[in-house]
Amino acid sequence: MQSKKQNKNINHRNFFKVLGAGAATSTAALYGCDTGNSKTGSNSSGTSYTEEMTYQTNPHTGDVVSLLGYGCMRWPLRTNSNGEEEIDQDAVNDLVDHAIAHGVNYFDTSPVYVRGWSEKATGIALKRHPREKFFIATKMSNFAPELYDREAALAMYNNFLKELQVDYFDYYLLHSIGGGTDAMETFRQRYEYNGIFDFLKEERKAGRIRNLGFSYHGDIAVFDYLLSLDMQWDFCQIQLNYVDWKNATDRNTNAEYLYGELVKRNVLAIIMEPLLGGRLARLNQHALNILKQERPEDSTATWAFRYAGTPEHVLTVLSGMVYMEHLQENIQTYSPLQPLNQREYEALEEVTELMLRSDYIPCTECQYCMPCPYGLDIPGTFAHYNRCITEENLPKSSVDPNYTKARRAFLIGYNRSVPKLRQVNHCLGCDECVPKCPQRIPIPDEMERIDLYVERLKQKLTF
Amino acid sequence: MLRKIRMATAAFCGVLTTLLFLDFTGTIHGWFGWLAKIQFVPAILALNVGVIVFLVLLTLLLGRIYCSVICPLGVYQDMVSRLAARWKKRRFSYSPPVSWLRYGVLVLFVVAMVAGISMIVSVLDPYATYGRMSSNLLAPFYCWGNNFLAYLAERTDSYLFYDVAVWLPGIATFIVAILLFMVVTLLAWRGGRTYCNTICPVGTVLGMLSRFSFYKPVFVADQCNQCGLCAWNCKASCMDAKNQTIDYSRCVTCMNCIETCNKAAMKYLPGQTVQKKTEVPAEIPVKPIVAMADSRRRFLSVTSLFALTTVAAKAQTIEGDGGLALIEDKKRLEKETPIVPPRAMSLQNMNTHCTACQLCVSVCPNQILYPSGKLHNFMQPEIAYERGYCRPECTQCSEVCPTGTIRSITTADKSAIQIGHAIWNKEKCLVDQEDVKCRVCESHCPTNAIQLVPRDPADPDSLRIPAIDNEWCIGCRACEHLCPSRPYSAIYVEGNHRHRIV
Repeated sequence: MQSKKQNKNINHRNFFKVLGAGAATSTAALYGCDTGNSKTGSNSSGTSYTEEMTYQTNPHTGDVVSLLGYGCMRWPLRTNSNGEEEIDQDAVNDLVDHAIAHGVNYFDTSPVYVRGWSEKATGIALKRHPREKFFIATKMSNFAPELYDREAALAMYNNFLKELQVDYFDYYLLHSIGGGTDAMETFRQRYEYNGIFDFLKEERKAGRIRNLGFSYHGDIAVFDYLLSLDMQWDFCQIQLNYVDWKNATDRNTNAEYLYGELVKRNVLAIIMEPLLGGRLARLNQHALNILKQERPEDSTATWAFRYAGTPEHVLTVLSGMVYMEHLQENIQTYSPLQPLNQREYEALEEVTELMLRSDYIPCTECQYCMPCPYGLDIPGTFAHYNRCITEENLPKSSVDPNYTKARRAFLIGYNRSVPKLRQVNHCLGCDECVPKCPQRIPIPDEMERIDLYVERLKQKLTF
Repeated sequence: MLRKIRMATAAFCGVLTTLLFLDFTGTIHGWFGWLAKIQFVPAILALNVGVIVFLVLLTLLLGRIYCSVICPLGVYQDMVSRLAARWKKRRFSYSPPVSWLRYGVLVLFVVAMVAGISMIVSVLDPYATYGRMSSNLLAPFYCWGNNFLAYLAERTDSYLFYDVAVWLPGIATFIVAILLFMVVTLLAWRGGRTYCNTICPVGTVLGMLSRFSFYKPVFVADQCNQCGLCAWNCKASCMDAKNQTIDYSRCVTCMNCIETCNKAAMKYLPGQTVQKKTEVPAEIPVKPIVAMADSRRRFLSVTSLFALTTVAAKAQTIEGDGGLALIEDKKRLEKETPIVPPRAMSLQNMNTHCTACQLCVSVCPNQILYPSGKLHNFMQPEIAYERGYCRPECTQCSEVCPTGTIRSITTADKSAIQIGHAIWNKEKCLVDQEDVKCRVCESHCPTNAIQLVPRDPADPDSLRIPAIDNEWCIGCRACEHLCPSRPYSAIYVEGNHRHRIV
């Protein structure tokens, strides 16, 4: 195994050319051969750009999928000449081109991502590449009750085929099952009463869906129910990272259990939230030191991606990369994957301990709750709050030694990240966002808690 | 040397007084707030006997030092005059006083003050005029400069600077500020201290005293060759070199003559008597046009300028995740009774004591004070709610007010003074109109004057609507500002004529 350190001075592309073959054999050797679906460095295509990435073979269809998958839920935005926001298609094209050129071949989108613009933008970018170069995944995102209707759901299904001008889906998901106040009933309304589930199974039979799976957040009953059905799922998308492995937030399920169930049924896992909405990329100083002692040159994100990519039954790890630098770093991390060793697992356990001791709001900034009808910026507020925890700018009491400095940083930073009219003191507590949150955060309660905290700081109350 | 000392102290006072109007953090007030309090008209309005006695004695001892050093408008005119001197040297000459205008304006000023015609008082008060100029014309640039630094700070993760909203509190006051700025600048450019010696009532009053001042510049008769150099450089145009006389009522003790004279024939000496001068009827200088701008009630803010295309909050059709709903701007509901800050006691008190210097408007961190456009309280502060509300921890306006209109207050006092009372408008309340749960007004009331009660008294689980106990309401307008109903809040505050203790 070549260490990254040695290759620092080599140009990216050359580095892959030189190392491609070596990487292929070394990763294969490392994993051994696990009944045909071990991760391998593919050297079959003969082109320079597919030789470096670590790949995993899906046993059900034989798809060779890159370990890094592109999550298309956070495409970069720009403001057009009318002052409206839109997807920055040029930037998207650049990102997709770079990803494909360096071996990424899995693209995961949904009809609701980026205000509903993601499918179209992803389609435009991918249309410029040969169809066989990539796998496209999209979802049945019929969250709104008006989409429980069969015709409306079918329209959602057909729309993307049109957008991308393809006649089949590589991967198709039942999107985010386990949500809603009564999760089982919500699932039935979304997929069973309207016959959509049967329809999707038929579509798989007909070959228009090559792989059928589902993504899960929330109530474990629905996850267990789907796995207990008499059918072979081709894959399943779960949230997995080193915090959620054993310590998923109260109403979510530990990744350890989810992954274990999938292994039992020979279903490969697609990983979402490897960075927990970016929080694992922004660790506090203490946690950072633990990791830097082990591998001084690796970023915190690299650690999180190596963690998510290491388990054997992982098909691909999704990352919603907005910046070219993030894309490059992630490609680097998986080219090839260096699985975590025991010592490194222990270091991450220590970091997890530290994370759990802080009082983070488990928001991944997925934007599902948005737009708030009253204009609040919910993920923005939570992100600011979490960032202040990380940067130790969230005084626990007014006699903290750094109270004055932290108070200033919290309040000024708050106004910088969330405009005044979108701040928590405008929250009605109308509960409209509650069923939308895949992390099942009691948003209005958290908003109220932050509001009280902000008031304490603003009024300089003793606490 | 004397001139250098005068210039240094004048620069010190001028810069810091200006900063009082620019510094939105309130830091400078902590140190130099007294600079506003030693201004002549504010001291009279505040009945600040100590300051008045000090200024009278200062004038009787040293002449109109006040006009040269303490008065920011005087310092500003000196600056303009100095700039003008670069283009044209020796531009002054003796001109006789325009007594009828000076005393006429003074009489008008005194009558207006006694009769409580605040508009005339505030337009004529030199300190207030300067305050309006700084806060309306200079402060935006200061804030933009600050915002640029804040922009840089944000990019370096520093919290040293933070962004502030640049806004125009009142259009009428802005117009008055511009007009007075033009008048004062033009007069200073052409005639040095013309404004101070023909219009400014403070200049006239101090002039009456400075005739008898102990120290004053005098001609040393046996050294003076009557060259006229001193008179050419006298920006008050009060030196008659031919007759070797000085009109001490107009001399602002700037010491320019002493430094200019190359025969050492000018001295600043004690105990010399005033030489008698002859009154000559004179040409009238340019009469300033003090325009009473049309008192438009419109509230014009920078945001409203850009927010012409706002749509209702629910405008975005919810198709996908993310994005922000547009927020409609709130509209100002005209109040029957204006709301003025706590410890301003009453509308009557505000009306008779405030000179509309805009200091409170400049420092209000919540940007709720704005100058009125109505005639009866023209340019005096009122409380609006569109940009914020009167926050419980803030007492800034009471700390800075130099006229004692808004008297000093503690946060505890403030939470017990009712400046207005809240009224609930059922037709606008979202709970009633859209059947949503809402807690905004209740959870932000600092005195718990709002309780949520079931809409249907028979059903304790029905949606809850606000019930206001006006015994406890202090009129801070938190509920009105935060109310999600747009453009008109469903809960609003009507002002009290007289403030009362709850």
